[in-house]
Amino acid sequence: MSATTFGWLVLLFPLLGMLIIAFGYRVLPGRSAGVIGTAAIGLAFLAALGALISLQGQSPGHRQLSSSLWSYASTVGVDAKLSILIDPLSVFMILVVTGVSTLIHLYSISYMDSDRGYARFFAYLNFFVFSMLLLVVAGNFLLLIVGWAFVGAASYLLISFWYRRATATSAGIKAFVINVLGDVGLVLGTFFIFKHTGTLDFLRAFHAAPHVFHSGEADLTAGCILLLVGAFAKSAQIPLHTWLPDAMEGPTPVSALIHAATMVTAGVYLIARMHPFFELAPAAQDVGAIVGATTLLIAGTIAVTQTDIKRVIAYSTMSQIGYMIMGVSVGAYAAGLFHLMTHAFFKALLFMAAGSVIGAMGGQQSLDRMGGFRKAMPFTYGCFLIGGLALAGIPPFSGFFSKDDILLVTAERGGWHWALYVVGYIGAFLTALYTFRMIFRAFHGEPVPEARELEAGHPHHAEVPRNPATGEVEDTDVGFPGPEHTIAERALPMRVAMGLLALGALGAGLIQIPKVDFVIDDFLTPSFAGSAQYQVHTKNGLLVFGLCLGTLIGLAGIALAYRIWVLQPGIALAARERFGVIYRLCVNKWYFDELIDLVVVRPAAFAGRLARGAFERLVIQGTLIDGTVNVVRASSAVVRAAQNGFLRYYVALLVVGVSALGLYFLLQS
Amino acid sequence: MSIAWYLAVSAIIFSLGAVGVIVRRNPLVVLLCLELMLNGGNLALIAFSRMWGNGDGQILALVVMTVAACEVTIGLGMIVAIYRRRLAIDVDELRELRG
Repeated sequence: MSATTFGWLVLLFPLLGMLIIAFGYRVLPGRSAGVIGTAAIGLAFLAALGALISLQGQSPGHRQLSSSLWSYASTVGVDAKLSILIDPLSVFMILVVTGVSTLIHLYSISYMDSDRGYARFFAYLNFFVFSMLLLVVAGNFLLLIVGWAFVGAASYLLISFWYRRATATSAGIKAFVINVLGDVGLVLGTFFIFKHTGTLDFLRAFHAAPHVFHSGEADLTAGCILLLVGAFAKSAQIPLHTWLPDAMEGPTPVSALIHAATMVTAGVYLIARMHPFFELAPAAQDVGAIVGATTLLIAGTIAVTQTDIKRVIAYSTMSQIGYMIMGVSVGAYAAGLFHLMTHAFFKALLFMAAGSVIGAMGGQQSLDRMGGFRKAMPFTYGCFLIGGLALAGIPPFSGFFSKDDILLVTAERGGWHWALYVVGYIGAFLTALYTFRMIFRAFHGEPVPEARELEAGHPHHAEVPRNPATGEVEDTDVGFPGPEHTIAERALPMRVAMGLLALGALGAGLIQIPKVDFVIDDFLTPSFAGSAQYQVHTKNGLLVFGLCLGTLIGLAGIALAYRIWVLQPGIALAARERFGVIYRLCVNKWYFDELIDLVVVRPAAFAGRLARGAFERLVIQGTLIDGTVNVVRASSAVVRAAQNGFLRYYVALLVVGVSALGLYFLLQS
Repeated sequence: MSIAWYLAVSAIIFSLGAVGVIVRRNPLVVLLCLELMLNGGNLALIAFSRMWGNGDGQILALVVMTVAACEVTIGLGMIVAIYRRRLAIDVDELRELRG
């Protein structure tokens, strides 16, 4: 089979899985929905492997294959087809997406076990994976936009999964609204590019790009910046990031799947995919790099102060996506995508381990309440530690190689990019600090009652499930782990999923060791054949310095975290007192929610009130509607006077009328 | 004899009928006056028929008589229905179709 056939199969399996679960949930016995969902994604992963093998069988010049099923519309200047593009970049993405998703589905089989919405959850999850794959393999702008919007919709469904929980539904709406803002940016950006290239097809548009655009052209720059708006909204970059931390209201596997491994990486993929345009628009590239660097720094500072364990990981995700966006914006495509892959492994692992801890805490997510789980849950502790070390960039864990790769290419651009290089290492220090703050606070120290209970063999569960954010009693009709809820240590599927991801987090970095092998670089080369900024095998100079610096900074962060939260627990409070302003700034998330409220929400609400109160009442209701009514009423009053009901009056009118007509025609002739 | 005489008689009968329909309030008399109007028309038709020497006008007059018979049947039926409901036998009282 050809690579494109495998590409279609990759799309088919999750779609089938979703349809089977969605329409058959009443007849599916027991836990079969979870098995079907997992099998569907597993088959998609196998198909992705098939695509990889088939693609590698081609010569490097012929590794960009597109295939089209049918045409929606083909007139002069519009070629809207259902077509996919299979090239190393899309195969790389589908491998990461299906691989990590399979494990997360496996994890969910146990994690969602006692949830009332079990089948619904897997239908949504399969729909999400289908949308993400559609986005990734799309062969033209049209299908990309469709996948892009589907992903946003699936994200909304999954964040609001526990739909009786007010905080979850409002978080879902927030995510959806911000994502739609990104959709609008993507569509408008597409128009700017389509106007000049005249084709929606990726390959033809990329070939046309150097001929129809000259470098730095205003239209192209505007188009690329609009594409960046789409990428920022999906990838939670400042200032469109506020939905990501709130999205932690969804079940933990959702956080692992959407908000760490797949959906938020769509922006990175978009920039890498659109590199022929971005390289002709240096201003847009600079915007991307600066926003990425800002995000990674700000998200890092916020993560240090948050107490909700999932939110800390969410801000860490934002920060890591910032690295990737910065990387693909400065031309470090292979490094950015490499980091995307390693990040998918260790971040999904961290979320799963956090889910295990939350399960053991009976739904509590606050780090203030946790402690001493090391003995109670050694397997989870090991997984969290591996994920944490990979995130902090300690050799030989995967994050070490990929993060330094990005910063190295950034530095090689020279000039003001050195500032980004420095920011990147400050971010790395913060990363190590907040990661090990989490580990030390959740797993070390005095065991909390829940941990002791677990050590004695009874997993703790709350008498009544309560929303950790508001303290409201949860409505168990729509889900929530019940008393029979199992935690990670006891459920085999969760252990398998976490174990495999831990292996990935441990070893994935070895695929591409600087100066030793270049698997990712070489594999992706055909996708970036026309790129002027794509470079392979030239990494030296700063390489050794960067690797050593990265290691030292990571270790320094861990050491500081150890000193603050293990050796002298009082320091944290003292520092909070001493740097009150900075602490308040960070713990309130740099007031971005308040800023957006002030700049966007309040003016919009004011305009809405004005429209409803004044415009609607005076112009629409007062003038247009009431005006029409009055005109009709006045004219009908005249006509109504004739209808007085006297039969004799009607006859007289008739006679007079007929006589008048007769007279008229007599006089005419 | 000139056709004008016939037409004059026909016009007089028609006008008498029309005035009767307009000024009388008893529905029975209104119906009678309607018959007068129709027969005025019939007279004119037959006169024209004789003038042209063919039967078209007479055939039309027969049709008018048929229509008149139907109309009287319905009209009398309605008057009986009004009477049975003890409503006033007066067209000015029956003005529920006022706009």
